[in-house]
Amino acid sequence: MVKKPTLKYAGDQGLLVEFGDKIDVKLNDEVRNLTFQMEQSKEDWIIDLVPSYKSLLVIFNPTLSTRKHVENYILELAADLEKTSESTNRVIKIPTLYGADFGMDLEFVASNSNLTTKEVISLHSKPKYRVFMIGFAPGFPYLGGLNKKLATPRLKSPRLKIPAGSVGIADNQTGIYPNDSPGGWQLIGRTPLNLFDPSREKPSLLIAGDYIKFEPLESIDEYSDIKSKVELNHYELEISNLDNQENNKPKSHE
Amino acid sequence: MNEKSITILEPGLLSTIQDIGRYGFQKYGVPVSGAMDSFALRSANVLVGNDMNSACIEMTVIGPSIKFNYPALISVTGGDLLIKIDDKKIDRWSAIEVKAGSVLTSDGIQDGMRAYLAISGGINVPVIMGSRSTYIPAAFGGYKGRPLMPDDTLIIGEPNPKTIHEARSLPEELEPVHYGHSHIIRVVLGPQNNNFTSESINTFFDSRYIVSNNCDRTGYRLSGPKLNHEENADIISDGTQIGSIQVPSDGNPIILMSDRGPTGGYAKIGTVISTDLGLIAQSRPDDNLVFRQVSVKEAEAAFFEQESILYSMDPTLFKNASNKVKSALSETSSSLSPYIDEDFKKVQRHATVKIKGKTFNFGISIESN
Repeated sequence: MVKKPTLKYAGDQGLLVEFGDKIDVKLNDEVRNLTFQMEQSKEDWIIDLVPSYKSLLVIFNPTLSTRKHVENYILELAADLEKTSESTNRVIKIPTLYGADFGMDLEFVASNSNLTTKEVISLHSKPKYRVFMIGFAPGFPYLGGLNKKLATPRLKSPRLKIPAGSVGIADNQTGIYPNDSPGGWQLIGRTPLNLFDPSREKPSLLIAGDYIKFEPLESIDEYSDIKSKVELNHYELEISNLDNQENNKPKSHE
Repeated sequence: MNEKSITILEPGLLSTIQDIGRYGFQKYGVPVSGAMDSFALRSANVLVGNDMNSACIEMTVIGPSIKFNYPALISVTGGDLLIKIDDKKIDRWSAIEVKAGSVLTSDGIQDGMRAYLAISGGINVPVIMGSRSTYIPAAFGGYKGRPLMPDDTLIIGEPNPKTIHEARSLPEELEPVHYGHSHIIRVVLGPQNNNFTSESINTFFDSRYIVSNNCDRTGYRLSGPKLNHEENADIISDGTQIGSIQVPSDGNPIILMSDRGPTGGYAKIGTVISTDLGLIAQSRPDDNLVFRQVSVKEAEAAFFEQESILYSMDPTLFKNASNKVKSALSETSSSLSPYIDEDFKKVQRHATVKIKGKTFNFGISIESN
């Protein structure tokens, strides 16, 4: 039984469709499925859809529909989500070179957690992390599932430039910087993949509902090899489907 | 030079190429960008016969100097940056013919904050993710993803062949918009008004807020009476809308604008109605803002009233609009009624529209169609 979502006003052209009020894979799946259904509908009044942890912001054109119609349309789709949902979640492997110049805070994270750097790498590359949403900056994934042992405070003073692909930890979150940007996360590694490219049809490598798994690389040669393939568009992503059983099992994330 | 182009001589304070924005990519974390004052941009386009979404130059505080390399039809709308062509002041909110070799200059801000230069045919920079808008922080869109600089040459597209290319001007006494320094901004509550104390909601609508120096294309930070949250300021991040008024734990409201991130983690007390976003875009540091709560119905009525101004600038637009647009606009707007069943060959030459107690009069040339 699906609970009806709550509709809230976001101005005269926005409706916030809320499925609940916590960070939860099941709620996020409902957001993802409603987003998918609305994209498929290709209704002309949809201007944009902004999915996040537990809500979907629908921006609509009031000259092409009425608020009442938009509200009813959303509630009807939401009521049927279980029947219509696409249950496949992608799992995307993110090759990552940990430590040294590419992860200059790896040692600090290790000492902060009373672990060896090897243990940090092993704990960080073990889970399948859920992409709850993309936001903050183009292509930036909000990930759930970091092992609590690895939680590390942010840098006291942010760095002015963090290279694209850097993998970091901030408190109980882990993430990847898609573009060169300033930032205060503890850097533990870097991926040669290009998470965001405005010239691609789908500019962001990841989308809400995906899972990612970090794959530790052995050497800088391996990193460079993948990097050059990515630059030539020859790199093939390793994508698998999340095991359905695992998908249906409710999990809680920090 | 045969090619239709313009050359930037001086960049002004901040001149960028913008259209109505980059929609459909917020799910990838890409900001919408686009014109801060969308109504002014769309008006500028309509006046020169462009699609409403054509790319224009958004000029801020001090406009650029631009040389026209071909005879062009242009319009300037929005704030008054004292724009001149060949040293002669031009009428704003009007279509104007400029000769090849003419130079546009700006003496700087007189009223408002931002002005829009539309050129018949639109500025033809590459479309990135569905839009020509410049997003400076990630360096894409517009011209090379950055503000315009000296010696940039911009190619102008082919004018819409259906447009009548003749100068249109407004009677002097009907100068359209004066923004001033005090603005009444209408707001719809939500989506997180319940996160605020009821005293704070009253305070928000009873007080005067001042635009701080921190106001740019991303957002307008305000100072004034602090607003208190019931528990805390942080929410589980969700989607942001243009005009969202978010309040961090320091209690000072921030109005999110064109370059906002698609998601944010602060509670939002309300949303500026779409019709009044232009007033925010045209307000500058030290201006006064007073917020007035309206229902979503009132906000919609205001929206259709403003749309009707756009459509009345060029009734051929209205004639070619979809039935849904026609019925939506005719239901809510009296100003369009003369056009609805008219023979468009004989339609009157002026559309008069009243908004906020001011009369706007838009001159329109319609000899054919």
